[in-house]
This record gives sequence, structure tokens and C-alpha cells, in this order.
Amino acid sequence: MPEAPLLEVRALSAFYGDFQALFGVSLAVERGEVVAVIGANGAGKSTLLKSIAGLMPGQRDAVLFDGAPIGDLPAQRVVARGIALVPEGRRLFPSLSVEENLLIGGQLRRPGPWTLERIFALFPALAERRHLPSTALSGGQQQMAALGRALMSNPRLLLCDEISLGLAPIVIRDIYARLPAITAEGTSLVIVEQDIAQALAAASQVYCLQEGRVAFAGPARAATRETIAAAYFGV
Amino acid sequence: MEWANTIVQGVLTGGLYAMFAAGLSLIFGVMRLVNIAHGDFIVLAAYLALVVIETLGVDPLVSLLVVVPLMGGIGYALQRGLLNRTLGDDLLPPLLVTFGLSVIIQNGLLELFTADSRRLQAGAIEVASWQLASNLSIGVLPLLQFAIAVAVIGGLQALFYRTALGRAFRATSDDPAIARLMGLDNAHVFALAMALSLGVVAIAGVLLAVRANFDPAIGPARLIFGFEAVIIGGLGNLWGTLAGGIVLGVAQAIGAKLDPGWQLLAGHLAFLGVLAVRPEGLFPRIRG
Amino acid sequence: MSQPAVQVRFADRRSAISLAAFAALLVALAAAPVWAGRDDLRLLGEIYAYVALASLWNLLAGYAGLVSVGQQAYVGLGGYMLFGLTILAGISPLWAIPAAGLIGALAAVPVAALVFRLRGHYFAIGTWVVAEVFRLLASQASALGGGSGTSLPATIVIAIAPTRAMREFVVYWIALALAVAILGLILWLLRSRYGLALTAIRDNELAASSNGVDVGRVKLVVYVFTACGTAMVGALIFLQKLRISPDAAFNVNDWTAFVIFITVIGGIGRLEGPIVGTIVFFALRQTLADRGALYLMMLGAVAIAVMLKAPKGIWGLVAARLDWQIFPLQRRVVRLPGSASIRNKGEAT
Repeated sequence: MPEAPLLEVRALSAFYGDFQALFGVSLAVERGEVVAVIGANGAGKSTLLKSIAGLMPGQRDAVLFDGAPIGDLPAQRVVARGIALVPEGRRLFPSLSVEENLLIGGQLRRPGPWTLERIFALFPALAERRHLPSTALSGGQQQMAALGRALMSNPRLLLCDEISLGLAPIVIRDIYARLPAITAEGTSLVIVEQDIAQALAAASQVYCLQEGRVAFAGPARAATRETIAAAYFGV
Repeated sequence: MEWANTIVQGVLTGGLYAMFAAGLSLIFGVMRLVNIAHGDFIVLAAYLALVVIETLGVDPLVSLLVVVPLMGGIGYALQRGLLNRTLGDDLLPPLLVTFGLSVIIQNGLLELFTADSRRLQAGAIEVASWQLASNLSIGVLPLLQFAIAVAVIGGLQALFYRTALGRAFRATSDDPAIARLMGLDNAHVFALAMALSLGVVAIAGVLLAVRANFDPAIGPARLIFGFEAVIIGGLGNLWGTLAGGIVLGVAQAIGAKLDPGWQLLAGHLAFLGVLAVRPEGLFPRIRG
Repeated sequence: MSQPAVQVRFADRRSAISLAAFAALLVALAAAPVWAGRDDLRLLGEIYAYVALASLWNLLAGYAGLVSVGQQAYVGLGGYMLFGLTILAGISPLWAIPAAGLIGALAAVPVAALVFRLRGHYFAIGTWVVAEVFRLLASQASALGGGSGTSLPATIVIAIAPTRAMREFVVYWIALALAVAILGLILWLLRSRYGLALTAIRDNELAASSNGVDVGRVKLVVYVFTACGTAMVGALIFLQKLRISPDAAFNVNDWTAFVIFITVIGGIGRLEGPIVGTIVFFALRQTLADRGALYLMMLGAVAIAVMLKAPKGIWGLVAARLDWQIFPLQRRVVRLPGSASIRNKGEAT
């Protein structure tokens, strides 16, 4: 009997007021898996992550984590369960130093392998700047800090919203090179990306969203340029 | 050397004003809320202390042990039950609700205690003074109050910048949505901030009540002093608030020395002067 | 043959009826000296004053977004100018009222220069400090009684009208006329392009300014206009009371807290709101009057409850539910008959 997926999204719909952003999206993440979610701007990728993370209201049974329904839980309870979100645009706390940003990520003191020292070991550039205000970091360093902050809650599932946004290719490669260290600890990943090549290289499963619906779902290997283009643009 | 005496008096009074201001500055920093009833809560604390002293027979300093947690509890409940629902971009709901609270508190105290002036007795310390020079003497009580004010502000700074709770306050103030991603419950964090603010207000109230006569109507004036101290000192900086309080206290003292009727006016004019010339305050903290 | 295809109209049939009813009410009120007793006339005069004050505050805060808790500065200024101009400068009391308004407007300019440097909550309390300064200055004015204030001398009272009854009628009619004039001016202002600018500023200041609205100037004009009206109402209030003192003239509760309560309970940002709010306020007061402090606590509680449960006020609830307006203010785009058809997805009715 195969184990239930770590995360199951079942026919999730999401609204911004009267505007519907997601129409019955379904998705599954197995333990230890890396899943990529791609799609054009406005396809609903960020909305999907925010709904899973509890930043947006949702239907109770639309999101199952480890079998338990969490769709209606507020964000602070979702992170207590073991799901952490690296938000789009990094969104570090400007009033806090680099180190304080990491420390607040560990506010809940969930048990696990990630500590301040381990984060600094993974991202030495942060260690060198630990007492600087978070606003003094470069884009790439901020992204590392945001990742580290999310890791400090020792999540079982890490949601990454467009971590390549606004970064130079060499920096993107640098960050993606550290992801294996994260998955090696058993953390599952959902990566939302505009950089399709990077996403497909990192993931084993890929979902393509188009205008709030799943247009393609399958193994990353099976995603050829043609199938992706068709799903991405809806042609 | 009479002016020296005046200046020193002003500085020490400034400590009290800084206490009025600290709670105000704190909640504005954390949740952009201005509590119009802030001054009335100071007076409420004074009356609570009065009740505690009269029923338990303790002296004012000991009454703090009851009044501070009590006011803290009131602050938590008030924020959680009422004020959290007014937070948002619109200025009017919290303004109106706290105005309503101000009216309710003032009139409630009036009903319970009448408009008579009261004072808390602190014993011999009220008239004790140190003679520093031939023309310069400092009251022990004002000096003690100034020291308490400095200690409280120092304590708040330490709380904000060296503890996990302080991190939580600053993070929630920066970005409430992302703070939730850290496991912080915004409603709870805001309520803790208000509890802290009213705890400080409790200390300020007792200090005020020992120092001067109080009655249900003096709240709004304390709010204004606190507010002026915050603006003169600069937003986002508690030590700046202390400096602002001192500037205000000294301005009032100088005004009073020139003519007793000019005391308050001098303070307001100092405030308006700072506003005209340096609206960001004397020591604004540059927000990152 | 160019004919505009659409037109902006303010009234519709229902609002025309409501407006006619309102006009009939005004006629009845103007005739009040005939059917109402002395106490009732005083009460009505007070009501008109509060309607005017609340409408002006509504314009300032609800439309221009300038939430001031310092309008008592101008109420007191108006009152003191009335007393000062009549007692010290020998001006007739009836002329002193518009003069007080003018002085209020002039005083508002430097005040605005100062307080406009503050934003939001800080602007609010800054205006309060200014009011406190006015109060303290008034306490220093020994010619007008200093801290304890003064009464209007009998000679000046008689200058209003020869008999007491006539005096009361005159003051009553002035109060009614002033309230109607202020409402009318506000209505006219809101229907003009200024009104459109105000609504734009209220909705989104940045967008308004990038569309060419001179935000600073619009706000200044509204602030000065409000100060002028408030000062005139203040002059009238103290003409009616015949006595002034700094604490009464610049009382933050009487002239700001209650005005804000009225406006919010009635409905902010809509012209009908302050009228509804004033009625509720006085109904509460008449029923609970002898309870003093309890009445005020009740008022505060009602204001809080309305703010939380019905932020648009009573009129806001009613109007939204029934789509009503008494004063023709809502701009409607109407397609004129016989114009060329426009293929347009969203036409406003």
C-alpha cells in the first residue's frame, strides 16, 4: 500500500474578493520529492502557494498535509505543522538584522536539523553579514536569507515562490546548487518558477498552471518543449 | 543660579513626560495606532492605585505590584477584544473608538470618584531634597521619578532590541502578513504590545499621582504632553522620546518662571516651533 | 450636428421627491417661532449649530481626508471674535458673525502651513495642540475676562433686537439660515469640479495628484472654508449663550468629540449623514439628559458600536440598502435619447 502523499491539494479554488484566481487545482507532493509549478504571470502560482501556506482563506478539505485537512488554518498554524513559505520578493523584515531575520524564522523552535550555525554554514555570505540590517544585502543574499529564514522553522515541506526573480543567472545557479543540501535532510520542495529550465532541472514532477487551472501534470522527464509551450500558453 | 534650578526642574519633569510618551510611542511603532484615551488610562491607573492603597493600606510603590499587571491585563483584553478590529489603513475607526473610550473612562471615573482632586501620599519623600549648591536643590522624588523613567525606557529598548518578543514586535510592525509565516499570531502580538503600553502607563499614572493632584478630567492634557514629547524627540526612537520630554519639560519650566500662566503655552510653542523648523523631530530614527 | 451622447446628471426622480420634502420641512422650521416655545427654539438652534459643525467636519474629514480633532479652535475663535468685536470694537453683533468667519479663515492659513506638515494621526493631534494654544491665549486675554471668561453686556444684547422675544427669533433665524447656507455651499462645492477632485483625493491621493489635481491647494481651500464656517457657527453659539469662557469655547468634548460621534453615527462621507447623526444625538440627549455622566458613557459606547458594526453610519446603511439620496449629489451618466449608439460594455445607468 503506497504511502499517502505528504501534501495533497484537491480541487482548490481561490478568490481575491470577487475575482477567482484558482479553479479546482489539484496537486500532490510525495515525501522527499521536488515539485515544480510553472506558468505565465497571473496563472495563479503564487496564489496556490499562499493558499497552501494559509495566507489566503481556503476550503478545509482542499489541502491535506500528511493526511490532515489544513485548508482553513491560518498561516501561523500552518507553519507550526511544518510547512514554510519563502515568499515572492523575499520580504525580509527591514527593521531586523540578517541574524534576527533568521532567528525569527526559528521563533517556533520546531525540532530539526536546521540551526543558525547550519544556515550560516550553508550560506557563508550571510555569516559575514550577520549583524547588518537585512536591507544592506544584495538581491541574491536576500534570497539566501529568506530561504534560511524559512528553513529555521525546520519544515517538512518548503514552498519557494520565484526565488530566481530579479537575480543574475550566476546567482540563480548558486542558489539552486544549495537545494540538494536541503532535500538531503528529507525536506520536500515545491518550487514556483518563471525560469523553466532551472525548475525542470531541479524537480522530478512538474505542474503547469494556466489561468488558474492545471494544464499539464507529469514527470519532469516527460515535459518536452512542445508540451510545456502548449500548457504554458494554452495554444 | 535660579535659572539652573528651573532647568533642572524642567529636566526632571521631562522624565515624567517621557513616561507618558513611551507607551504612546510603543503602540504607534508596533501597530500604527494612536490611542486618544492614552491620557485617560494614565488617570485610570492613578485611581486604581488609589483604590489599592485605600483597601490594602500599602504605599504607592507597592501598589504598582497590583496596578501594573492589572493595567497590562486590561490592555491585552482591550486590544484583543476591541482595538484589533479597528486596525487597518483607515485612520478614523481607531480614532473614534479610542475617543469613545476616552469619554467613557472620564465619565466612569467621574461617576465613581466625583470631580474632587486627589493625591497619593508617598510620605516624607515628597518634600525631601538634596542641596547640591547654594542655590541649587533637587527634589528627591522628582529625581527618583526621572531615574525610574530612564530605567523604564532603557528596559523597553532592551526588550525591543535584545529579546525574541522585541523581534516579534518589530517584525509584526514591518510586515504583519509575513510575520504570520514565522508562526506569530498578529492578534496576540498586538495585544501584548498594548498590554506593555498600559503597563508603562500604570507606572506613569502612579508617578503622576504622587507628584500632583489628579481628577478624572486631566487625561487629555497628559496625552498631549506625551504626544508632544514623541514629536519633538522624533519618531521611532525611545531615547529621542526622553529627549523630547526633557525639551518639553524645560520649555514649560522656563515659561512658568517668566509667568505662571505661560507654563503650558511655552510647551506648546516649543512643540509648534520644532514642527515648523524640523518636523521629523530632533533624533528621528531612519527607518531601514 | 454635434450632440453630446451622454450627460452627467445629479438628481433622479426619487431624490427630487426627497428634496421637495426637505424643502417643505425647511419652511415649517422657518415658521417655528409661531408654533414652538422658547425652550424648543433654543433646542432647535442647538441642533442647527451641530448640523452645521458636523457637516463641515464631514467635508473636512470625510471628503478631504483631513481628520482634525482641533476644530474647537475655530469654534472658540469665532466665539471670542464675536465678543471681542462687539465689546471692544463696537461692531454690531449681527455683523460680527460674518466678520468672525473671515477672521477664522485668515487664521486658518498659517495654522494649515504648520499642521499640514503632519500626516494621519499626527495631523489629528497637531490640530488639537493648536486648539489648546488658542485656548491658552484666550485665557491670557484679560480684556475678555481671562481664564474665567465674560458675559455679553446688556447694551450689546439689546442691539440685536429690542424685545427678548424678537431677539430669540432673530438668533433662531440666523441659526437656521446659517445651517442651510453652509449645507447649500457644501452641496455646491461637492457638485463642482472641486467636489470631483475631493472624491478623487479621498479615494487615492497619489492617483489624484498624478492626474493633475493640486492636492495641496484643494486641501487648503477646504480647510480654510471649514474654518470660516466653523468660526461663524461658533460666533452664533456664543451669541446664543450670552457668555463665554476659554474652557467652554475650546472644549474638545463639546465641539469635537460629539461632532465626530454625530458624523460617524450618522454616516461619514455622505451629506445626509450629519443630519441623521444630529437627530440621533439629540434624541439620546433628550431621553437621557438628567443622567449626566451616564448619558455621555452611553454616547461613547454607541459611537464605538456604530464604528465597529456599521462603519458607514446609519445613513450609510439605509442608503446602501435602499439606494437613496436626499441631496442630489451622485453623479450619473445618462445617455441622451437620439444620440448615436455607442458599443460600450459597461454603461452606468
